[in-house]
Amino acid sequence: MKTAVIVFPGSNCDRDVAVALREVSGTAPTMVWHGDTALPDGIDLVALPGGFSYGDYLRSGAIGARSPILRAVKDAADRGVPVLGICNGFQVLTEAGLLPGALMRNAGLDFVCREVPLTVDNAQSAFTSRYTAGERIIVPVAHHDGNYAADPETLDRLEGEGRVAFRYGESVNGSARNIAGVLNAAGNVLGLMPHPERRIDTAAHGGDDGRRLFEGLLETVGV
Amino acid sequence: MKLRIFVTLKPGVLDPQGRAIHKALGGLGFDGVNDVRAGKLIELEVEDSVDDAQIDAMCRKLLANTVIENYRVERA
Repeated sequence: MKTAVIVFPGSNCDRDVAVALREVSGTAPTMVWHGDTALPDGIDLVALPGGFSYGDYLRSGAIGARSPILRAVKDAADRGVPVLGICNGFQVLTEAGLLPGALMRNAGLDFVCREVPLTVDNAQSAFTSRYTAGERIIVPVAHHDGNYAADPETLDRLEGEGRVAFRYGESVNGSARNIAGVLNAAGNVLGLMPHPERRIDTAAHGGDDGRRLFEGLLETVGV
Repeated sequence: MKLRIFVTLKPGVLDPQGRAIHKALGGLGFDGVNDVRAGKLIELEVEDSVDDAQIDAMCRKLLANTVIENYRVERA
């Protein structure tokens, strides 16, 4: 099992994701610097962590999405390698065009940092197979720019194709149709604002609802 | 050559910052403001050899997120 975590200047959840991947897979991921141009050979999974890449300059995720390693991430995604973007990683994936829509300033303008209820909308994807459709889980969020926006046609298409993976169970940031996480058309790229890696160990995190995302993912890629 | 790139939210895209500014203006007693939209001004200093197509590509590829934003280029 070969996983990689992309590290940008300003990433701050890279180690949290690394711990989650190591805990669940038994193998530590390779930490790949944003300026690198290649991923490790035979990579099974790429994670883009939360944080504030490039200080959120220009737009959240905008500069990170244009960094050299993203070309390799796009190639891997095109080959069907699962790519997981959490929080700033989600922002990077939308800015890079790997996922539709954009993440704007929270509707209330506040930085939202708390545990929120999520509904699993699609439990068929590589990322959500260990959940049941409609299941309610608790996962923390911590973001300023999580307000998901896309035109109505795109939103209809996402819903129609089962590409909304998670929705907020309450008002959090003004996201269109309460969308918290979306999949690409092929189903191998997921971006979500909540932090499943901060909810993998009940003793440490007060719950482990995020753990099954990693477990399902690793099962899918055949570990 | 100096360029001024104005990046604005597309019509219809909700602008939480504009709304907050609008409210704050009202709080200061400025009546008669019907709407506020906040955008960005990016100033570039470029060689004269940089053509319109290149400037447009810069805007599309990085300076604006065309999912939610429009841009306008002004030559100073």
